[in-house]
Amino acid sequence: MKLLTTLGCGAIYAFTFFSNVQEDLSASISRGKELYKESCITCHLANGEGVKGTFPPLAKADFLTKYPEKSIYAVKFGMSGKITVNGVAYNNAMPPSGFGDDEIADVMNYIRNSFGNKNTQLVTEKMVAAIKEK
Amino acid sequence: MLVVLVASGLLMSHCNISSNNADLTEKNLKSETIVTGLNMPWAMAFLPDGRVLVTERGGKLRLVKGNQLDPQEVAGIPKVYYRGQGGLLDVVLHPNYKENGWIYISYSSPKKEGEAGEDNGANTALMRAKLDGHQLTNIEHLYKASPNVRGGVHFGGKILFDNKGYVFLSLGERGQKENSQNLSKAQGKMVRLHEDGKIPTDNPFVKTKDALPEIWSYGHRNPQGLVIHPATGTIWAHEHGPQGGDELNIVEKGKNYGWPLITYGIDYDNSIISDKTEAPGLEQPVIYWKPSIAPCGMTFVNSPNFKDWNGDLLVGSLKFQNLEHLIIKGNKVVKKEIIFDKIGRVRDVKQGPDGNIYVVIESSGSIVKISPKA
Repeated sequence: MKLLTTLGCGAIYAFTFFSNVQEDLSASISRGKELYKESCITCHLANGEGVKGTFPPLAKADFLTKYPEKSIYAVKFGMSGKITVNGVAYNNAMPPSGFGDDEIADVMNYIRNSFGNKNTQLVTEKMVAAIKEK
Repeated sequence: MLVVLVASGLLMSHCNISSNNADLTEKNLKSETIVTGLNMPWAMAFLPDGRVLVTERGGKLRLVKGNQLDPQEVAGIPKVYYRGQGGLLDVVLHPNYKENGWIYISYSSPKKEGEAGEDNGANTALMRAKLDGHQLTNIEHLYKASPNVRGGVHFGGKILFDNKGYVFLSLGERGQKENSQNLSKAQGKMVRLHEDGKIPTDNPFVKTKDALPEIWSYGHRNPQGLVIHPATGTIWAHEHGPQGGDELNIVEKGKNYGWPLITYGIDYDNSIISDKTEAPGLEQPVIYWKPSIAPCGMTFVNSPNFKDWNGDLLVGSLKFQNLEHLIIKGNKVVKKEIIFDKIGRVRDVKQGPDGNIYVVIESSGSIVKISPKA
């Protein structure tokens, strides 16, 4: 019985939590879209396809799912050197965005849920704040 | 004796022929990284004592001495708006620096109380100061583009002296393309000032109702290359256009360069900006780049070290990480070639006092020297 109550409460809690997260996520995505248009679109393009061999794609990019923290790090502190995305080698440099941690969370949520990408796990400001410059 | 004379004569004429016919190519040149350790460098200026001033976009002015980066930054740079493409931008010495010591600096300036525009916005500003040790002194704030705009794109920021007593500053449209055509806003413009920041009374729109008197030309998008032809004195500028629409222009008084009424590019969200590439009253570019190269930095070559290239332009590419050598005849580009492919994201290209070419590389935080092989 106790177990059932726990499970029930857990379910209700999870449902409430989940729907809040959903709302948070969709609000964050729409803020992130504006930021994407401001700072990312010139290289990664409107459809997230990038320029093969020059600017890596974000659309269905294995890099994003394999290295979520590295991806946040790149937006926060910039990134340079050799990487491989979807089997194609890139050796370019991305400047840091200058965005606040909240904005980086927003733009990450947009990227992770656009261009055919789907990742309902919310990136939060706190998660971005925890990533420190190496 | 006669034989020697004839032989040397032949040799000399042969040398002349070869220097006229065999063009200088990348093969005859070498590149060396001479400075490293910079963080997001944007521009450089050569001091007469051999040191080099370098701006870092994050807001630091640095000194390089004998190829070593001085660990101590130069103090006195105002707070900059470091976001997207914004931050500390250009640094240029006054043409008579040896006499007056003026250093001109441009940067993205955050909105101050009483200024027009959006809260938390910014726009490009120009200041000058003198260098005393590691301190800027005699700071004078000469100009700030109005209004302030939120967002991190299109600050322009290139400074140019025309050696006639005027200083030019390029201004991007801050992501609001329609304002490039609005003469009451300092967006998407070239402005011309006296060297002390006063506005010349012979600027083209001084008497135009509701127009800003500092404007020299308009209809620009985001110009980040601005140079003067060493012989003719014409001003050449390149600008970041939309996708497929980067341009090289000859900038003249009062003219409209067309953005966004005409363009060879489409928007970065793939929408059509204009179905026109030309229209009466709107200037055509000297060339446009399709695909865009993201041009940044530029110099005319005027050096005994690169004789075959004198009068030509070298243009940096952020996107393709190379230099473009544009062969210029009159007001035309007759040929272009890529040199030093994969050199890195080029922010600035300058000819140094020693006649060699120096390139500021954003991605590796370095300065690369290009000179003839022995």
